[in-house]
Amino acid sequence: MNHLLIAPVVLPALAAPFITMVTRHHMDLTRVFSVAASVLMVIFTLALGWQAADGTVQVYELGDWQAPFGIVLVLDRLSAMMIVLTAVLGLIVNLYAIGSGWDARGKNFHALFQFQLMGIQGAFLTGDAFNLFVFFEVLLIASYGLMIHGGGTKRFQAGVQYVVYNLLGSTLFLFALGTIYSVTGTLNMADLAVKVVELSPDNTALIRVGAIMLLLVFAIKAALLPLHFWLPASYAYAPAPVAALFAIMTKVGAYAILRFYTLVFGPEVDAAAGLGGDWLLPAALLTLGAGAVGVLGARDIGRLIAYGAITSMGTLLTAVALFTPEAAAAALYYTVHSTLAAALLFLISDLVIERRGVEISPKAPMAQNGLISAMFFVAAIALAGMPPLSGFLGKLLVMDAARDHDMVWTIWAVILGGSLVTILGLARAGTLIFWKAYDADTKPSDTTDEAGRPAALPFVATFALIAGLVALTLFAGPMSSYAQATAEQLFTPTAYLETVLGGAAK
Amino acid sequence: MELLVASAVGILTAAGIYLILRQRTFPVILGLSLLSYAVNVFLFATGRLAVGAPPVLNKYKEVAYTDPLPQALVLTAIVISFGMTAVVVMIALASYLSSKTDKINMTEEQTAGDDA
Repeated sequence: MNHLLIAPVVLPALAAPFITMVTRHHMDLTRVFSVAASVLMVIFTLALGWQAADGTVQVYELGDWQAPFGIVLVLDRLSAMMIVLTAVLGLIVNLYAIGSGWDARGKNFHALFQFQLMGIQGAFLTGDAFNLFVFFEVLLIASYGLMIHGGGTKRFQAGVQYVVYNLLGSTLFLFALGTIYSVTGTLNMADLAVKVVELSPDNTALIRVGAIMLLLVFAIKAALLPLHFWLPASYAYAPAPVAALFAIMTKVGAYAILRFYTLVFGPEVDAAAGLGGDWLLPAALLTLGAGAVGVLGARDIGRLIAYGAITSMGTLLTAVALFTPEAAAAALYYTVHSTLAAALLFLISDLVIERRGVEISPKAPMAQNGLISAMFFVAAIALAGMPPLSGFLGKLLVMDAARDHDMVWTIWAVILGGSLVTILGLARAGTLIFWKAYDADTKPSDTTDEAGRPAALPFVATFALIAGLVALTLFAGPMSSYAQATAEQLFTPTAYLETVLGGAAK
Repeated sequence: MELLVASAVGILTAAGIYLILRQRTFPVILGLSLLSYAVNVFLFATGRLAVGAPPVLNKYKEVAYTDPLPQALVLTAIVISFGMTAVVVMIALASYLSSKTDKINMTEEQTAGDDA
């Protein structure tokens, strides 16, 4: 067994208590260890990504218990891609939080941050449905703490709503797992895949109920339309670096949908027939439309970007809902892009909010107005999907994948219309914030930054995200062929099943 | 016994959902607790209801035993829901103390204002 496989879970699990217990009273030491853990995480995940790139599936049996009985971690191309993305985003957000001083506005930011990374990485790696629930809870309970970091009345109120909504989701997750277990007698994903196909027709109704409840749970995570209500307020009132990290949390939902509905409830399973096309696709298109309208109507910067994130989730889930290898490849490319773009916009919004408040209205020009407006422009065209950045390529891939679908015209119309409305909304906000500023009667604000703060670091972090988007555009060829290979691996899960369940035959 | 367990789960769930739809924080938290009780009982039933069956390890003879996995799942679920309830109580308390209201929705003038 390759012990490196569990490193992305164990490393933050060790780093977080160390930070809390040993370096609690020394902010500088805390920051050093937190960044060191994030850098190590990037190195470990890159090594794992390198190992998974040739298409081998690796399995890690916890406690050396054989596969259907013990908990397993599984590394394939999809997991490898998601953990690398999480680690890189985590490092950048960590640097931003330190540079902007957000981590010093409350206690235990770095410990919670590491626990959050642990939960996300575990959710991407695990091969066991109940273990997925446990890692969901780990990432959620850390996110509750991060969400209310820094305090403040509205942040607490939004926090209560966020927690209640997600507790409901967790309860539903347990109901779904219980239903599935009562029919199949197993919760190992690979074992489930085998058992669900062999299921007698009498039990179809029950497993279908389980599959639908599971889809609802993941839809809550992914902020699919009727279940998206938790997102705008929580993202708008969460501290900006935390909101940037949350950009990967909605992707956990999309990842879980992709994993479960290709591996366990695949297209050939009668019990889950029609879930993807009949329910997921219209909901994803509505999500896209509602997000675009929200962007247009937003009155403060936090909500503007939260609705932008919903729009990109709509596009992503549209691609996922087509359930073809080409569409899945497009979805994976778009996942990387939309995570980076949404995180970038959240960080830029924090730079703006720190300087001039949250309202989208003309005010006196702020410090570094030109630089920040240029960055906002780049991020906005990335999120809206304009050429030349990767958002354009991503949307092109999604639309190309929908070419053979029955609803192709509806899909194209919604994606293109949504992009147009998003561009309008972002252009309106950008104009009011950055250009109209010079028309305002008030005097220009003080252009010096607050003393004693490493003001360069936030810009380093935002430029790292921009560099990521540019790299994703320049290396779109290798990236999309990797996504293609990942999608093929997803839709022919024989290697996955043999590797995980092969241990039982030994 | 099936009727008893099924109706217990049903009543707990119904009461929990009713309470969650209330406007104030305290009933909502009670509703969440009721829902977590419901799901715990439900998880027990997923291993099939058995009366008088021995646990998985029996040193006297080989017999049919109760499914031990749901019990492990319930134990995990109880620990997690206990921790989550404690967290939501603390956050709700912080929200109440700083906003002087325990309404769970955010009113229009609160959302329209600037960031805290």
